[in-house]
Amino acid sequence: FMQRSLDSQTKKQLEEEEKKIISEEHWYLDLPDLKEKESFIIEERSFMPCEDLLYGRMSFKGFNPEIEKLMVQMNSKSKKEEIEVDDKMEADVSDEEMARRYETLVGTIGKKFLKKRDQRVLQDEDEDENSNTRPSKAKKMFLKPQD
Amino acid sequence: AMAARGVPAEACVGQLVLPGDVLLLPAHPDEDSERLRLGAGAARRGRLLCGPGLRRSGAGLMATKCGLLRHRPAGGGGGGAFWVDSQQKRYVPVKGDHVIGIVTAKTGDLFKVDVGGSELASLSYLAFEGATKRNRPNVQVGDLIYGQFLVANKDMEPELVCIDSSGRASGMGIIGQDGFLFKVSLGLIRKLLAPKCEIIQELSQLYPFELVLGMNGRIWVKAKTVQQTLIIVNILEACEYMTAEQRKEALAKLSGT
Repeated sequence: FMQRSLDSQTKKQLEEEEKKIISEEHWYLDLPDLKEKESFIIEERSFMPCEDLLYGRMSFKGFNPEIEKLMVQMNSKSKKEEIEVDDKMEADVSDEEMARRYETLVGTIGKKFLKKRDQRVLQDEDEDENSNTRPSKAKKMFLKPQD
Repeated sequence: AMAARGVPAEACVGQLVLPGDVLLLPAHPDEDSERLRLGAGAARRGRLLCGPGLRRSGAGLMATKCGLLRHRPAGGGGGGAFWVDSQQKRYVPVKGDHVIGIVTAKTGDLFKVDVGGSELASLSYLAFEGATKRNRPNVQVGDLIYGQFLVANKDMEPELVCIDSSGRASGMGIIGQDGFLFKVSLGLIRKLLAPKCEIIQELSQLYPFELVLGMNGRIWVKAKTVQQTLIIVNILEACEYMTAEQRKEALAKLSGT
């Protein structure tokens, strides 16, 4: 049933009532639960992982250069996966630098999404912090050239 | 018989097994009593792969095909693996296999592709790299397709796709013009796709050519001239029954002429 404005409490009550009705009608087996054995045998119907077969498209002596590039790429994929794990340890930027960067980054990007009023407030706050408050610049108006 | 009489799996490696043979796996600690130690034991063993031709049966494996039992010891890529190396010509679609299919029908948004199995596989026109509703791939009836199975089980119609999980073609799609398609047994395909296949290495010394091997027993060859193409086709077909020496003799004669 569709009832839009229901208190969360009444909702919970209704749910519990529904569950009670269901559980009485539910049939269940009187058998003891079978313990799920940790299965360490995986059934696999494909030959690919068993025998480490190569990629099916091949080209020799430069007949199809794209396929030859692909061959190198695909057949070294199996070795690449092992190297990838090691690469994760090296990083161009250290963790501390990243943290510092992010601190300032979040602030600057956040300002972008503030409404104009909030931006003004921020600006005033920044200015109040300094001991010297610069007088706000007068809006630049068009200056009529004097003859 | 209900009694679990079986032979230890490792003793049978390289020998003939028949359907119904039970293979016992090396004993592992009883899970109920030694639950605390499972952590160390499981990490050491890794997961055992039960490959084609074998099924789980209790704590061991049962063979469902006749052939030679193969074993790959644990280490490197994955855990240990057992499988039965059997021979057959008829292909059964398996998820993830790359196959060569022939387009037999084009119905609206779907292509029907013959992959050599018991039913035609379906291939959606969107399953190509860079295909959109406006930009349809140019597939005609009779074209050859190299794709992989997305869905392949005994209860559903098999589905082919020509892109991988990241949306790239990586070599799949329509196979070009010319060339020659022929069928061999599935065992030969696996032999040719093995990491260091002598047949392929020897052939690659002859002259430039292109080769596509489908796990469904189909091979497509293309070389510069028709004669060169047919030579490769004949060698690959004959490889089934030739010994290594006979093959080397044949190739020596060819490269001589």
